[in-house]
This record gives sequence, C-alpha cells and structure tokens, in this order.
Amino acid sequence: MNIIVLVKQVPDMDTVKFDQESGTVDRSSAGKEMNPFDLNALEMAVEIKENTGAKVTAVTMGPPSAEEVLREAISRGADEGILLSDRFFGGSDVKATARTLAAGINYIGDVALIIGGLQTVDGDTGQVIPEIAGYLNLPHASSITKLVGVSEKDITIETDLWDSTYVKKAKFPVVLAVTKEVNSPRMASFSTKMKAKKAEITTLKLEDLKELTAEDVGFKGSSTFVKKIVVPKATSRQGIKLKEEPQIAANKIMGILKDKKLLEVQNG
Amino acid sequence: MDNYKGCVMIYAEQNNGKIHPVSYELLNKGGEVARKKGVKLIAALIGPMEIDENELIRRGADAVFTVKEDDTYSFPDENTYANTLVHMVKEVSPDILLVGATNFGRSMGPKVASLLGCGLTADCTALDVDEEDGALIQIRPAFSENILAHIKSKNFPQMATIRFKEFDEAPINEDHVGEIIEVSKPISMPQLIEVIKEIKTNQVDLVNASVVVTGGKGLKSKDDFKMLKELATLLDGVVGASRPLVEDGFLGKAHQVGYSGHRVKPNLYIACGVSGAAQHIAGMKESQYTIAINSDPSAPIFNVADLGIVGDLYEVIPELIKQLKGE
Ligand SMILES: Cc1cc2nc3c(=O)[nH]c(=O)nc-3n(C[C@H](O)[C@H](O)[C@H](O)COP(=O)(O)OP(=O)(O)OC[C@H]3O[C@@H](n4cnc5c(N)ncnc54)[C@H](O)[C@@H]3O)c2cc1C
Repeated sequence: MNIIVLVKQVPDMDTVKFDQESGTVDRSSAGKEMNPFDLNALEMAVEIKENTGAKVTAVTMGPPSAEEVLREAISRGADEGILLSDRFFGGSDVKATARTLAAGINYIGDVALIIGGLQTVDGDTGQVIPEIAGYLNLPHASSITKLVGVSEKDITIETDLWDSTYVKKAKFPVVLAVTKEVNSPRMASFSTKMKAKKAEITTLKLEDLKELTAEDVGFKGSSTFVKKIVVPKATSRQGIKLKEEPQIAANKIMGILKDKKLLEVQNG
Repeated sequence: MDNYKGCVMIYAEQNNGKIHPVSYELLNKGGEVARKKGVKLIAALIGPMEIDENELIRRGADAVFTVKEDDTYSFPDENTYANTLVHMVKEVSPDILLVGATNFGRSMGPKVASLLGCGLTADCTALDVDEEDGALIQIRPAFSENILAHIKSKNFPQMATIRFKEFDEAPINEDHVGEIIEVSKPISMPQLIEVIKEIKTNQVDLVNASVVVTGGKGLKSKDDFKMLKELATLLDGVVGASRPLVEDGFLGKAHQVGYSGHRVKPNLYIACGVSGAAQHIAGMKESQYTIAINSDPSAPIFNVADLGIVGDLYEVIPELIKQLKGE
C-alpha cells in the first residue's frame, strides 16, 4: 500500500516579523519549519505504516530549498520525498497548487491514501486538500480527530462536523485532512536523522507532469488574484481603563452587569 | 431556470434538518451584494425531507432551490453534498456562490470549487462589488490577521467561504415572497464514504454563549480555572481560553477563542489575564461588551475593551464573585 503525505514548509509564525507600515512579511526574519498540522498527517501515515507495512512518500511543492522539509519528513518516518519545483509554479493560488500536487500524485500512481494537514499556518485557507481530492476525482474527509482503524480495503476515522462527531469508513483510495487532535507527532531518532541526511530527493518539474501545461500552473493557472493588500486599522474601542482597589473594580463591573441586565438570570 | 442566471447563490447549510445560522448571515450579506448588482438572491438547500425552506424566504431569498431526500442527506458527507451543489450550480448558473466557513463548509466548498474548476477565496470577512466591472471583491485576513487581502476571481462562479459570526443574520420579513423550486438529485452519485454513526458529544457551545469568561496565560495553574468557571456559572456563561492554555491542556480545544479557535460574539466577554494578541482579538472583537482584567496597563487587550481593569485577576475575580453572590 502506498501512502502520500503532503507537507509544506512555513515560516515560524511566532517569530516571523511583519511590517505594519508596508504590509509585507519578512520571511527571512524567522526560521522555517514543517507546517504544524502536517506533522500530525505524517504521524498518522507512519502509524499506519507500522501496522500494515505501507510505504510513505512525502510530497511538497516549493522552491528548491523546500527539500529540507522532505528530509525532516523522512527523519520522522517517511520512506522518501518528492519535490515539485519549477519556476512555472510560482504565484499559484489554491486551485493551481491543488492541480499541481494532484498531477504529482498521479505521477507517483497507485496510491491508496493521501493525507494532509487541515490547514497551513501561513496561507491558512484550509482548501488545498479537498481541492486535490476534487482534481484527482477522489472522495475526501476533513476535520479528522481520530484514527479508529485500517484494513486492507478501507480506513475508519472520526470527524467533527455539524457540531457533532461522526465515525466514517472510507474505501481506498481516499484523501484525508487531519486536525492536531488526531495524534501526538513523534520526534526524529538518531538513526532516522542519518537516513534523512543521505536520502535521495526526487525533483519533478512541469515537463514531468504530462497532464499539465504552463497554462495550468502558477499565476496563469490560478483562478483568483490579489487586487490589493490593506493593513487593517487596529480595532479599538473608546473604553475606560481603571486602576482601582479590587473591591472598587469589582463594584464597577457589577454596575455594568446591572446595566446590561446580565444579573437577571441569577436574581430570578 | 434561466431567469435566475447571474444571481447570487448562497449555500444554506443545515445540520440534521436544522438550518445553520450562518445561512441567515449569508442571506444578509449576499442580499446586499445582490442589490448592488441588481440581481436575484437565491438559496440552495440540500438535506433531509423535514427541513422548512420558508424561513429562508422570510429572510430574503427570492427563490430556494432544494434537493431533499432522507437516506442520502441525513449525514454529513461532503462528497455527496458537493456533487449535489455542483449539479444545482450547473442548472442555475449563478455569478456568485457563497458558502459559510463552518467545518462542513470549509470542506465541501473547496470540493465544489475543484469540481467546477473555479477559484475560491477562504474565510472572507467582508465582500464588496467593484464599481468598475461589477466583480465581487473578496476580502480576507491573511498572515494571521496582520493584513487584509482584496481578492478577485478570473472566472465564474466567483466563489467565497464566509466566516461564521462575521455578519448579522438577515431579519425576518413575513411579507417577503419567493418561490421554492425542487431540483432532482444528480443521477449517479457513488457513496464511497459511509457514515457509520454519530457520537453525540456534550461539547461546550462557546459560539452561541451570551457570556464568555476567558482565561489567558495570566492564570497560574489549571486549577485556577475553577475560579473562572464559578464566575461564568454565576453569569450563566461558559469559559473560554487563549491558545497557549489550550496547548498546555488547561482546557479542551472546544474552549479556544481566536483565529485558530472559535469566533465568539457574546453580549459580554470577560478577558482575564489575556494580553490581546491579534490572533486572539480576531476571535472576540465582535463581542458586544468587553471587560478586560490585566495587571499590565499597556496590554493591547485594553484597546478593544469597553471596560479595562488594571489589576491582579487573583484579587479582582474573587471579589467580583463575592459581590455577585451578594456576600
Ligand atoms: C498562527 C497562529 C494562530 C494563533 N491562534 C490563536 C488563537 O486562536 N487564539 C489565541 O488566543 N491565540 C492564538 N495565537 C497565539 C497568540 O499570538 C498569543 O500568543 C496568545 O493569544 C497569547 O495568549 P495569552 O494572552 O493568554 O498569553 P500572554 O500573551 O502571555 O498574556 C498573558 C497576559 O496575562 C497578564 N497577566 C499575568 N498575570 C496576571 C495577573 N495575575 N492578573 C492579571 N493579568 C495577568 C499579562 O500582563 C499578560 O498580558 C496564535 C498564534 C499564531 C502564530
């Protein structure tokens, strides 16, 4: 059984610098890491591999330096890595990204399971995984919170939808998007780190993806474009700020609660 | 159905036969866009037989297109819903298609977009119509709330998912008339994902609570949430948490307020020991009245508070609880 895990290299969002004046992000200001949700996708694939002997391939699209994120995936249990990298892929929106990744998956072929993170922390559209499923013409399930079981033919998971939790069973091949609750990702071990260092990373270019032309990818293949970027004015309220003894402060809050009729519940 | 070509179509999400409130918010915002463009507003409703579509008309839909069947639509399988919505879109040819950014909408929406081959802008917080070409301007926060991107589509339908609780619900107008048009379901729709069962969970309803008392890193231990819980209970509300506390396991993810958690819009929001990072504010800025308690007078949470108390939450909250109990 072949499993593909989709991963993305993202800036460390807790340290990345942002220029409020110009509205630009200084990506060089922060370290790069694997999108946190992808760690859970990878962990799920590796758990399935341990139970079934499946082969796990990590796939990413990005600049040549995104090779690092594939090595990290291998150090955390993936068997190999494939990088989709070509200057034609630049400027892709969700649609172009999904079509390119779907073509990469078709290139690999004979895949039972494709797993990705629910969303990325930088782009944060949460749309790429379901769109890949659409372009592959496969069913998908999203918001996955638990892996229940896997057989040779299908996989059973739990998902949070409609303000409830549902157990779903999906026949292979299927595409899944997982949340952070699904598992706790493992750390890399010394031996897998060594393996990752030596691993051959395969790079695919547009010409390798026979189903696509330059019209289908990158900015040309995108269906949306950014017209402008606005830096929002910080929301602020004309509030009052008090520095008082706790008793007076609490009393002030009581006054507000009375005004807002929020005490009625309690007083009957 | 040619007379609806070029309309604004909203996907009226329903859960287990009950229309989700985001559908009414979409009717409100979608109606505004439809009026600007001078086109009709229609709702697409897919679900079990029991749903009442008239509420959508009372809230502004000029027509409701429905596909109803118990077996197929009693469970949330995004694939069957997406196939059905695509079928409806092809029948009607709307210019604009809006879907609520709930868990379900965020999964079904992109499936629909990929099956139609159109673009899709996620999680919009505002929409506008370009005065020059009449195109839909899709506005969404990006880079964890730091910027607002104005996005346009290159082809049709112009599609966007819209954040829940971002807009008010369309008001009820008993006199508004509209037609209900039943559409047959797509002929071939293999069900490849089987929903085995629903597990009823007793999750907190943060989103619909009228009072939310949120704890941030100013809380020293998990145990201290008891104090906030007591305050919340006295006000008939629920407790929320900032992200770091959820990550430290103080409270479950269902309690997280913010950009990567829930967006809340209660009558009263009390932030205790929360600094007010942009990602937190994204989840509570629509609250009707906000009280912030923080020991640091320069904490950004005070910029969005109606009443700011500079002080130690460990002193203020017990005192407030005491006064609430009338002691
Ligand atoms: C991609 C991304 C997504 C994110 N999503 C979210 C999200 O959904 N929700 C969210 O909340 N955050 C989110 N964050 C994190 C966010 O940036 C902040 O780190 C977080 O909100 C800070 O939480 P806090 O206010 O509880 O903690 P801190 O920033 O550490 O603030 C603690 C505050 O408590 C005050 N304090 C300390 N002791 C006391 C006391 N005794 N009495 C009163 N006040 C006291 C301090 O003055 C301080 O202001 C996200 C970040 C990223 C990068």
